[in-house]
Amino acid sequence: MTSNQTNKSHKDLVRVQDLVKHFPVRAGVFKRIVAWVQAVDGVSFTIREGETLGLVGESGCGKSTVGRTILHLLEPTSGTVEFDGVNIFDLQKKEMKPLRRDMQIIFQDPYASLNPRRPISDSIMAGLNIHKIGTPDERVDRVMDTLHKVGLEDYYAHRYPHEFSGGQRQRIGIARAIALRPKFIVCDEPVSALDVSIQSQVLNLLQDLQEEFGLTYLFIAHNLSVVEHISDRVAVMYLGKIVELAPRQELFNNPLHPYTQALMSAIPIPKPNLNRKRLILEGEVPSPLNPPEGCRFHPRCPAVMAQCSVEEPKLLEDRPDHWVACFR
Amino acid sequence: MVSETERFLLELKGLKTYFYTEDGIVTAVDGVSFNVKRGEILGLVGESGCGKSVTALSIMQLVSKPGRIVEGEIMFDSTNLRELSLEDIQKIRGNRISMIFQQPQSSLNPVITVGDQLAEVFEIHSGLGMEEIWNRSVELLRVVGIPDPEQKAHAYPHEMSGGQAQRVMIAMALAMRPELLIADEPTTALDVTIQAQIMDLIRELRNKMGTAVILITHDLGVVAEIADWVAVMYAGQIVEQASVTEIFEQPLHPYTLGLINSIPVLGEVRDRLEVIDGIVPNLIDLPPGCRFAPRCRARTEHDLSICLEKTPNLEPAQKDHTVRCWLFHDSDGHTISRTHGVGTLTNSEKA
Repeated sequence: MTSNQTNKSHKDLVRVQDLVKHFPVRAGVFKRIVAWVQAVDGVSFTIREGETLGLVGESGCGKSTVGRTILHLLEPTSGTVEFDGVNIFDLQKKEMKPLRRDMQIIFQDPYASLNPRRPISDSIMAGLNIHKIGTPDERVDRVMDTLHKVGLEDYYAHRYPHEFSGGQRQRIGIARAIALRPKFIVCDEPVSALDVSIQSQVLNLLQDLQEEFGLTYLFIAHNLSVVEHISDRVAVMYLGKIVELAPRQELFNNPLHPYTQALMSAIPIPKPNLNRKRLILEGEVPSPLNPPEGCRFHPRCPAVMAQCSVEEPKLLEDRPDHWVACFR
Repeated sequence: MVSETERFLLELKGLKTYFYTEDGIVTAVDGVSFNVKRGEILGLVGESGCGKSVTALSIMQLVSKPGRIVEGEIMFDSTNLRELSLEDIQKIRGNRISMIFQQPQSSLNPVITVGDQLAEVFEIHSGLGMEEIWNRSVELLRVVGIPDPEQKAHAYPHEMSGGQAQRVMIAMALAMRPELLIADEPTTALDVTIQAQIMDLIRELRNKMGTAVILITHDLGVVAEIADWVAVMYAGQIVEQASVTEIFEQPLHPYTLGLINSIPVLGEVRDRLEVIDGIVPNLIDLPPGCRFAPRCRARTEHDLSICLEKTPNLEPAQKDHTVRCWLFHDSDGHTISRTHGVGTLTNSEKA
């Protein structure tokens, strides 16, 4: 990490303010809206240039929706996202296009995100064609160059997605994302579908590329060990809210929110005979259709107080750079 | 530890299960042997395609075409399951040996309520009356921690969350108080906080009922927390077997060591993860020699040529610790004492 720290500035590349994304639930003959899924409900954070911000949470907590909304792949319900000082939700589609070069995404399932009927070189080149970068010859060079960067050989370029293993496909997904030399990449569960021995190859590759191209990552995952390994700062989400945000070392040494504490103690650690105090949460995550009043974690919280069911705690800076949304 | 003379509940001897496909013979399980004692949790670890699930299905006699068990003995309580008739094996399945799967939602029948599915187990294996069966089913749902079991017994699988569905699967598996439970990646599809609940449940059932468990997983963390004994599989073979403490504190096989070093551990800051180069071999056209040799860094560092020529056997390297690797045996089967063999190797890599 030490080498990474050097190219980090204090400039914020992405600034998310009160981001809200609700999905309508429709039913009946007229497909009327009967309810709203409150996937993301008032989320604010910044991503500094050159850093990796980890976003961790369990399924359905809204972490992927955050990733997609800040790339404007989803229309937000409200809130703003500033990228390099520009509020991207103010832009028309045409004005958005040049920005798209700078913001890319890597998906969990690389197989589903590559066109099965096209050789992979086409998928990697698509972005270059759309943005009319260089001459056709230069584009071919760029594709080959990008393939080398992700550790694949020339002769793979004309093969089809089904000819690759899971790890190789994820390398292709990464190649597609970096072909345009973006500034910012949303990595949405990029290693969850991979085997352990392949997972470390891809994580190391992401770190190498970040160093080489000065990339900024939003790293979304459910696996806290992976997030902690790769991130500079980590945000923990629960039911559409960020409950805690801190530098990774600080978060690990000093988790303040009861949910973060429970999440950490639930993670199995590959060390036998390790006597840990286990904090096993009761029950399951409530539905985002009808989240609890007050603090959303209060029905499962081992440290719940009377105030928690009435009032919603704000995300406040408890100590330098360590933010937490809890009354304690 | 129990004395070695004690009879094992399950003894797997030289199991080979092959799949006869159009492309060739897939040697999914190629000579797997291990023993499970009563009340013991064996962790069977490996990556996708290493044959851990096929091993489990072979024990249950559930391998379907084009797969076939071609060799080996599956001794369960001194009976070879391979020699039993279908009728006899059905009396054991779901009764003395039961299994839970990775995807609980797809293993449950979507059009039958969970209470009825649970009751079916009793109907097949017990002579109880309907009312008694229903009461027991509800009671079981309570044991596995389903809230409000009287109501939930009338629910269909789609009305349950993944964690609840897995609890129902566990309830079905435990209905007849089996002697052996095979859990195939039981928590892989679940969130970590739910995983912790399910692991706790399995541990508790072992402690209360003395059920032996074969836990199949790719997650070394899960293994470290729950297993007593660990078998590491690679490309259809067991490459190392030892107690859980030994495996993590003194792994011998370069693959085991590579796996342990390649996972990020919460609270341990590492600049970079170690990687195992390359990918798992195709199980159809296996080259001669050790199956891990093409990816093995220890082979090149120790300049061993035998690895590419001859397949090593799984042999003891230390007491209660077997390993399939030429670093620890010569071709006559003599143990090469190399207590720090792989250990020093990693240290030099880290330096």
